[in-house]
Amino acid sequence: MASVKMPQLGESITEGTISKWLKQPGDQVKKYEGLVEVITDKVNAEVPAPLAGILKEIKVKEGTTVTVGTEIAVIEESVPATAAPSKQSPTPPAPAGAVTQDSPSPTLGEGRGGGSDTRTRLSPAVRALIEEHRISDVELSRIEGSGIGGRISKKDVEDFVAKRVQPATANGEQRQTSALPAAPPGPTPGTTIPLTPMRRAIASNMTKSKQTIPHAWTVAEVDMTNVVRLRQKAKDSFKLREGIDLTFVPIIVKAVVEGLKAVPVLNASWSEQGVVLHKDINIGVAVSVDDGLIVPVVHQADRMSISGLAKAIDDLAQRARAGKLGIPDVQGGTFTVNNPGTFGTILSYSIIAPPQAGILAMDAIVKRAIVVEGDAIAVRSMMNLCLSFDHRVLDGVSAARFLQGVRRWLEGFSEQVPLY
Amino acid sequence: MAVKTVIEAIREGMDEEMARDESVFVIGEDVGNRGGVFLATDGLYKKYGELRVIDSPLAESCIIGVAIGAAVNGMKPIAEIQFADFIAPAMNQIIEEAARFCYRTAGDFNLPMVIRAPWGGGVHGALYHSQSIEATFGHIPGLKVVAPGTPADAKGLLKAAVRDPDPVLYLEHKRTYRLVKGEVPAGDHVVPIGKADIKREGKDLSLIAYGLMLTYCLEAAEKLAAEGVSAEVLDLRTIKPIDQSAIVATARKTGKVLVVHEDNRFAGIAAEVMAIIMENAFDALDAPVMRLTGPDVPAMPFNQVLEDAFMPSVDKIVAKAKELAAY
Repeated sequence: MASVKMPQLGESITEGTISKWLKQPGDQVKKYEGLVEVITDKVNAEVPAPLAGILKEIKVKEGTTVTVGTEIAVIEESVPATAAPSKQSPTPPAPAGAVTQDSPSPTLGEGRGGGSDTRTRLSPAVRALIEEHRISDVELSRIEGSGIGGRISKKDVEDFVAKRVQPATANGEQRQTSALPAAPPGPTPGTTIPLTPMRRAIASNMTKSKQTIPHAWTVAEVDMTNVVRLRQKAKDSFKLREGIDLTFVPIIVKAVVEGLKAVPVLNASWSEQGVVLHKDINIGVAVSVDDGLIVPVVHQADRMSISGLAKAIDDLAQRARAGKLGIPDVQGGTFTVNNPGTFGTILSYSIIAPPQAGILAMDAIVKRAIVVEGDAIAVRSMMNLCLSFDHRVLDGVSAARFLQGVRRWLEGFSEQVPLY
Repeated sequence: MAVKTVIEAIREGMDEEMARDESVFVIGEDVGNRGGVFLATDGLYKKYGELRVIDSPLAESCIIGVAIGAAVNGMKPIAEIQFADFIAPAMNQIIEEAARFCYRTAGDFNLPMVIRAPWGGGVHGALYHSQSIEATFGHIPGLKVVAPGTPADAKGLLKAAVRDPDPVLYLEHKRTYRLVKGEVPAGDHVVPIGKADIKREGKDLSLIAYGLMLTYCLEAAEKLAAEGVSAEVLDLRTIKPIDQSAIVATARKTGKVLVVHEDNRFAGIAAEVMAIIMENAFDALDAPVMRLTGPDVPAMPFNQVLEDAFMPSVDKIVAKAKELAAY
């Protein structure tokens, strides 16, 4: 018997929440095969089995948070492969059915997105069968995959089709309606929405931040007219060349990087020993996902061009939405950029993600009548940059200097600023 | 039907062809009075005499050269290379002359000759008596390459090779000589070149092999059946021209294929079989096509442990097939 412990999935992580068991007691597990999904901070990580054997016991239920090192499961080591067949491995055709009966029905939050990557990777043969038997996505989600990592094999589909046919002959037209589960109900007023592990992680982080960090807040108004005009001009060729859209975010991130270079004390962390100045500038970019918010990190953003940043951010955002971020993708951020402006906000008070010292919100770019040089009134594209900063680490003067740096960089944006 | 060994079937095949056709003769090292090192030609010298069972010098290039000359002049030589490992000195004669003769003469001349070569390992043959040569020669256009794995196929393909108008490299696996026994149909039993054969029907996965590995795959299939995995076994029998339709058919049937050979992995026959499947049956696949082969090391070692490590075995095939079944 060997115990499986909650692993330390990152340098600063002290606890993890069991999100989903990928194996059930009695299941055979291979070494390094995905055993359990753990949520730490804001990311899903699949924890591999440390050894091959049979999962004997699950010690920590889904949704429970335990500290690193806590025993979460027990695996019985398998005897060497040569002796295995006669003793313990059941005959392969049987498990397909057995698994269907034994495994618990899908729980809340496990629904459509719950399928792991390997499960949804369908072989050509499986695709052909799905086509042939007109198996719907809903039906597909009900097929138990008996292959490696829960992959749906050709046999699984054939078994499913064989079973599906039976009620059809008995029940005629009824089959289709009875086969489809009811659509998941939306949240009903008067009820309590159960907390997902991600919701809990967000809640705990935000509370900790607000309780320990003395937030200060300051806003700068930026004339984005040059940026808007030049982006408009460059965006088609950019798309053609890079394959992705040129949004405002990488341009702002570039400006933030320049601002942080000028004010290194904002690219820092508070500690009792002193203010830790970070060497690299790693910018977290907030991405909203279905059930919350993830802040993947563009590492060493100070070494990237605007197109490099655009690509890195696009890649992180896509993987965030697909639930495919790894631990390193959300670690090591030294400053965060948030973009609530896409939803039309004009003043945003963001909460700092510890142990960072600041977070900058870019609010909506709106055309406004502005008094310009010579007391003339002009229509300009204006944007508010709202900075929340840790007042233990720096003071208003430094914060203002940073905002001024960002603003000057953005207002001075010209065709001479290299995109690539 | 009588049960025979592979070596008996080969001998019988040569005997019958020599009796049937006076232009058929045997040439090779020690094939005469000695009857060949494996006794493949045992008794033929006595029966057909020294003009039709010719002891050659220890010079493979000469054996093949003489056979080519005889074939051009209307004879049907069966040239024996004592061990496939020794074929290298005759490479020039085989590749540059025999394989291209028909093409070079715009079809004016065919070379109806057979080159018999005992091949393969697992017999403590070590470096010079264990090699697999099918991929090397299978690559040469103009050559046919057969590698039977059962007594019936050994006899039937030998007869087909003798009667074929073009040069045929006939590979007989040394380990199967006396290990593999089976029924051989009576009478003039001829197995067509270029036809693979389903040796065992199955539905979960396909094992594709030839030579000794066929026997191993059949044993593996038996073990797999005991564990609930139904394995089909396709015997290629002919390496070149390879039976594409049989390969594609079994791949389409099961959707999971494991190709097994003891030859080195890189650019081996398995690679070609896998390519055929990818080109023609991709849409029917339920798992990546897999292969179990000898490693890419210079030669088969003598040491038992190392030889075992080199050779695919029944256990290794079962393990790999289970991996495929579980995919």
